[in-house]
Amino acid sequence: MSKTTRRDFLKTTGTLAAMSTLPLSMVELAFADASRNFTFAYISDAHIQHISGTKFVRNWDRGLIRAVAETNLLVPKPEFVVFGGDLAQLGTKEELDHGAELLSKLNYKMYCVMGEHDYYLDLGEYWSKLYGPQHYSWDHRGVHFVVLNSILTYDDWTFNRWPSAAQRMLEMAGLDNPNGSPFMVGEKQREWLKADLAKVQKDTPIVVFSHSPLQKIYKGWNFWTEDADEVQAILEPYDRVNVVYGHVHQIQYNQIANISFNSVMATAWPWPYPQSYAQAEHALPKLTIPMNRADPFHERDATGWQFIDVNTGRVALRYNLYNNTSRTVAFNPKTGRPEDSLFQDPARMIDPQVHY
Amino acid sequence: MSRLSMIAALVVVLAGLVAGIDVRADEFTKADLERWQKEYMSVVEKGRALWTSPELGTNGVACAQCHPNAANTHPETYPKFQKQLGRVIALREMINWCIRQPLEGEPLKLDDPKMIAIEAYVAYERRGVAMAPGKH
Ligand SMILES: [Fe+2]
Ligand SMILES: [Fe+2]
Repeated sequence: MSKTTRRDFLKTTGTLAAMSTLPLSMVELAFADASRNFTFAYISDAHIQHISGTKFVRNWDRGLIRAVAETNLLVPKPEFVVFGGDLAQLGTKEELDHGAELLSKLNYKMYCVMGEHDYYLDLGEYWSKLYGPQHYSWDHRGVHFVVLNSILTYDDWTFNRWPSAAQRMLEMAGLDNPNGSPFMVGEKQREWLKADLAKVQKDTPIVVFSHSPLQKIYKGWNFWTEDADEVQAILEPYDRVNVVYGHVHQIQYNQIANISFNSVMATAWPWPYPQSYAQAEHALPKLTIPMNRADPFHERDATGWQFIDVNTGRVALRYNLYNNTSRTVAFNPKTGRPEDSLFQDPARMIDPQVHY
Repeated sequence: MSRLSMIAALVVVLAGLVAGIDVRADEFTKADLERWQKEYMSVVEKGRALWTSPELGTNGVACAQCHPNAANTHPETYPKFQKQLGRVIALREMINWCIRQPLEGEPLKLDDPKMIAIEAYVAYERRGVAMAPGKH
């Protein structure tokens, strides 16, 4: 984005109405002590979808373009941006290239997480050309960050079951497809994670980014990671562990032992909560106060992006929701779990947060 | 009863006996039930195929992309008032709204067999849920 257009955008958003959807002032208040605190932004699940030639599904394009533009306006500036996976819809070069072009407008360093929609056409080959390794870690201001590729699955499904790569991609792309296969981190990456964490002090805050939840919520839609228990066991010895995941296209949060779980919103479209599928057993974390039900008449409703701080060693998520009131889910040290700043008390829930 | 209608009635009964058809309208067999269920499920399957198909619209988007297992469609709440349209509508009008908007396609005729199939599938995924017309 050029300097001129950015200034213009700032000018046009400098109205009361726009300020209420873009909580710039709130960020400044929350992080007065800029020497220690920092924020990062999290954009996820753009699902850039190729139609033909140079045509892409306009709706999903708009979601990502908006997230990138708004993230560039954050004050103070986030120190990096994470893209949480599912950049593409069917993993093609066209989709990944177009998505990468939209993301290239970000004014920040970006870390990328692999989603199943990016992976199952060529098993991550082209994605890795664009973004490098599929699992890695780094340290930033005393926090240890880890990215995992959590959307792997059984070798037999990946290598032997489908006559073509395109069909394998289609089968995994259908969220409710009974021919799909459960996600997993896999033994190789779990061994890598153990070795990576061996160098980390027990009181160092750890933030793990994965695409699928590293907890078991609903297997039918892969709101699920098959070896979640094993991964949790590796994270268990550390005092403050946070897992931030995409894939579910909805607000979820949970606490399991020392691990806080937070999901992020999609820029493309929202997904129903598992409890709205009448034929399924499900276990949405009891702690979660759901996002507002989506209004399909508003194209960007129940989508958005978020910015995050780790000031207490626990993540605090500010959800910037395009057509809903912004929400904050932050760790409450008194109760030892993530909580919504406004709606946690069930008596304060509003009707649109009741899903059925 | 006129003579003519008596003859007509007799002809009908005789025709029934000759053809071996049970004319008692209020009785059906296990085989009937199985057949009717099979007919219904074959339409449900067509509906599921349409639900997951990029062919219904023009941009490759499928219904299932936002509504896995047809969740969040709430067929039990229709007909209901849709504030954005300002009137009470049937589920099939909402299906057409989705075909036009996110799928960028041409709406189906309201009695199109495809529309019936989609409705059959949506209702099937919601089976067992109590009727709640008008609910939001
Ligand atoms: Fe996704
Ligand atoms: Fe995903």
